[in-house]
Amino acid sequence: MSNHEHDDGIDRRGFLTCMAWAGTGAFFIMDGGVLKSYSLSTPKLPDASAGTLHFVQISDSHMGFNKAANPDVVGTLQAAVERINALPSVPEFMLHTGDISHLSKPEEFDAVDQILQSARPKGVFFVPGEHDVLEDEGKLYLERYGKSAKGAGWYSFDTKGVHFIGLVNVLNLKAGGLGTLGAEQLAWLQDDISHLKHSTPIVVFAHIPLWSVYPEWGWGTDDAAQALGLLKKFGSVTVLNGHIHQTMQKVEGNVTFHTAASTAFPQPQPGAADSPGPMKVPADRLRSVLGITDVTYRRGTHALGIIDSPLA
Amino acid sequence: MRLRAFIGLFVSACFLVAAAAQSTPPPKEVKIDNFTFGPAEVIVPVGATVTWTNRDDIPHTVVSSDKVFKSKVMDTEEKYSFTFASTGTYTYFCSIHPKMTGKVIVR
Repeated sequence: MSNHEHDDGIDRRGFLTCMAWAGTGAFFIMDGGVLKSYSLSTPKLPDASAGTLHFVQISDSHMGFNKAANPDVVGTLQAAVERINALPSVPEFMLHTGDISHLSKPEEFDAVDQILQSARPKGVFFVPGEHDVLEDEGKLYLERYGKSAKGAGWYSFDTKGVHFIGLVNVLNLKAGGLGTLGAEQLAWLQDDISHLKHSTPIVVFAHIPLWSVYPEWGWGTDDAAQALGLLKKFGSVTVLNGHIHQTMQKVEGNVTFHTAASTAFPQPQPGAADSPGPMKVPADRLRSVLGITDVTYRRGTHALGIIDSPLA
Repeated sequence: MRLRAFIGLFVSACFLVAAAAQSTPPPKEVKIDNFTFGPAEVIVPVGATVTWTNRDDIPHTVVSSDKVFKSKVMDTEEKYSFTFASTGTYTYFCSIHPKMTGKVIVR
């Protein structure tokens, strides 16, 4: 059973959908070191009216990290939750795009789960970062967060007409390479989206960026092009990633790529330091380079508004 | 007579030292700094032990490409050692940050 009227080409409606998306510009403001991006179609935080989907992305909480770049990752994750709880409308759920823990320890996952319980949005959808699957190829992560997921923890769900796809690109990494999705996951993705109308807005979330941010530091995914190739028939694709501990956005055709800030510590801009290791900033500036990402979708607009907010 | 005994003792002591040196070549250190193995290539004799030390604020691993050796995750200042029993070229990488690669050549 297929809902597709056109399997390959873009029909008129699909084309208009794509144009609506392509016409959705974004502008950027540097604020306290964090790049804030605003979709022009949603210049303000919309209220939680019917037909609007509002969720929040957090990333890279690195629970257990205690070095100079941030000796209090508990405090900054709590500040992120306070920030979420202070939003004018309660987000329907949270996405955590990985590196929940620093060393994949049960007590680190426990601490994050406990802190997130005080957030007003009750559901959290996770994907793993490489720090969450360190010793056991992700067994503990899967037991805790991926019971109903496929393979190494990938899954999809639908809400308010938007199709969400959580991908895993932090396992089976090859020497000299980048993030990897792998053939099994790509086959699953192809099947997962086969029944969807081309006008369905798609949100893909994964830890390592699915675009080539800076391959020299491993900031990219080797087989991302294959995943994006499968998604090119859709008029609106939003890709949300973490891993690089800074906000960045790129629009390529009908795909908007966005990375969220960390709640734990910043990392340097691509190539701006000897390595992508934790960046030390003065203590009074730390919370200005950490943050949350607020995402809103209004039915009918096919455009997701993305707003990054620093913790302070 | 006593001199001859002394020389004999000295010579056998030298042999012992040489034998000991041959069975345990000096260990080799590789430091991890700024997401880089340094030196990225080491050449050691058979039987040598290589010790890696993570000096970054981020955990790393040392994993041989051919699965000959594999460290646990090394947090800051943690070490991992492996003794190379046979000749060959052993390429390795950090399984968390696979852009980090290195090589041990055992002759």
